[in-house]
Amino acid sequence: MTPVLNVESLSLSLGGKEILNDVSFQVPEGIHLCVVGPNGAGKTSLLKCLMRIHTRWTGSVRIMGLPVSSMTQKELARKVGYVPQAGERSFPFTASHFLLMSRYPNLSPFSPPSERDRQAVREAFALTGTTEFAERDMRTLSGGERQKVFLAAVLAQGAGILLLDEPATFLDPFHEEKVLAILESLRRRSGITIISVTHDINHAVLFADRVLALGGGEIVFQGSPAEFMTEDTLQGIFRRDFTLVPHPVTGQPVAVPSVPVP
Amino acid sequence: MTDRRARTVILILLAAGILVLAAAPFIGMTAISPEALFQGGGKEREIFWRIRVPRVLTAWIAGAGLAGAGMAFQALFRNPLATPFTLGVASGAALGAAVAIRGGFSIFLMGVSGVSLSAFAGAVLSVLLVYGLSRIRAPLTTETLLLAGVAVNFFFSSLNLFTQYLSDFTHTFRIIRWLMGGLEVMDFGAVFQMLPFVGAGIALIAWKWREMDLLSAGEELAASRGVSVAETRKTIFFGSSLVVGGVVAVCGPIGFVGIMAPHICRLLVGPEHSRLVPAAILFGGSFLTICDTLARTVIAPAEIPVGVITALLGGPFFLALLLGKKPL
Repeated sequence: MTPVLNVESLSLSLGGKEILNDVSFQVPEGIHLCVVGPNGAGKTSLLKCLMRIHTRWTGSVRIMGLPVSSMTQKELARKVGYVPQAGERSFPFTASHFLLMSRYPNLSPFSPPSERDRQAVREAFALTGTTEFAERDMRTLSGGERQKVFLAAVLAQGAGILLLDEPATFLDPFHEEKVLAILESLRRRSGITIISVTHDINHAVLFADRVLALGGGEIVFQGSPAEFMTEDTLQGIFRRDFTLVPHPVTGQPVAVPSVPVP
Repeated sequence: MTDRRARTVILILLAAGILVLAAAPFIGMTAISPEALFQGGGKEREIFWRIRVPRVLTAWIAGAGLAGAGMAFQALFRNPLATPFTLGVASGAALGAAVAIRGGFSIFLMGVSGVSLSAFAGAVLSVLLVYGLSRIRAPLTTETLLLAGVAVNFFFSSLNLFTQYLSDFTHTFRIIRWLMGGLEVMDFGAVFQMLPFVGAGIALIAWKWREMDLLSAGEELAASRGVSVAETRKTIFFGSSLVVGGVVAVCGPIGFVGIMAPHICRLLVGPEHSRLVPAAILFGGSFLTICDTLARTVIAPAEIPVGVITALLGGPFFLALLLGKKPL
């Protein structure tokens, strides 16, 4: 089976600094791949290269066998969607206009949005539980609400591969669970492939099918969550000690917060 | 802003545009009655068709173009202070005009004055310079384009000041007067000279309405939604440059319309470019025509430079809209 995403020796330099160096990996269709690694490892840059927000990388990226270098940005956006890190990213549009804007790769320049586009927007609102925000100005939404609307927008875009940069980091426990549950059900029901960047090691283990760790722009670990979750591997990636205990429900090892040394 | 309300506002702006275009030629130093148009050979009829109609058309096209170009730059740079003149096109044109006035180019080429030709050449020069500079370090980023434009703007402005310094009083006065902007056109030549540039430029800008929505939400977001950012930036830059070069060569750098008309329209119809493009064009056109009508009637037979009126009239109007708006 051809992997849905095939990355070969991807390298990126920005301003003379090497950000990514010879990164190669494959992603089978319908899995959730978690990208982890310390700050500055190149996780966000990797997503931006795949979305071609960074354009001056070298190497080859294929989506379902097709090299992205042969695609227009619009064609790429029909296959790949991206949710940036939460932060100052508000603008004066209503949520429903933002979702309709996100249909861009499916729209022609002169025809108005079709019923199919409006249907996609309604479904995306419904799937993410954000229908109530449809007519709200994006600037009036809270961080968590906005994150869910961004997720709705990328669903409205209709891509089969989602690149999510810390999708749950700024959410309270309730919304965090909601967002992760939405992603999980999407993956199961519609076979969407998810590549998410996270700092939450436990989230990587409990929700992902595969884990990829970056360090200094290179891949330092690739494997299953079980292989990832060993004290030695974690120590190697993050240069600190972790204490692992079995999860009371699933039995998988999870990391517990370290206790301050007196 | 509901769709219905926005549509109503655009229809009102359209009706107002037609009304302004129809009524403005009758108003002037002496009012012309509609009956006079049907009397053959009258002097009033001559003034109406030969002077007033071209002038009103020039004002409308210039206002529409400047408002559209300003709107496009504000979306491209995500900066509410961007104007059609931000990238130095107007300074280039002004230098061209100043050199022509100082040098006494009084030639006319196919009905176009030497000052206008020289101003247009200056505009083209500044556009090529900004574009060339910002390409030296590819890929062209919006920040580089903006900063290169601002630097070129100051550079040409200084050369303009230097030209004024070297000129005698008469020439300096004419240069300063040109910089205030004016619509003292005498025939249809100005309309024909300006229309192709403004028309083509506005068409390029309007073609990118969906992209402008996404760009105003952020370049990275736009790229992730499938916008080819570099190509869109180029299209908007050249579209706006065509408009501004065409307008400034004829009318000089008329201020205020290009920066404030888009903001006024955002308050009226919201930030979506599907509404903002028609609204800004209609509002800019009518607004500048009204300002010009005032400019040539208030102290008739003398004229106030229209660049003085635009801000005097538009500033309070904008502030009233802004302060009357419900806070977020």
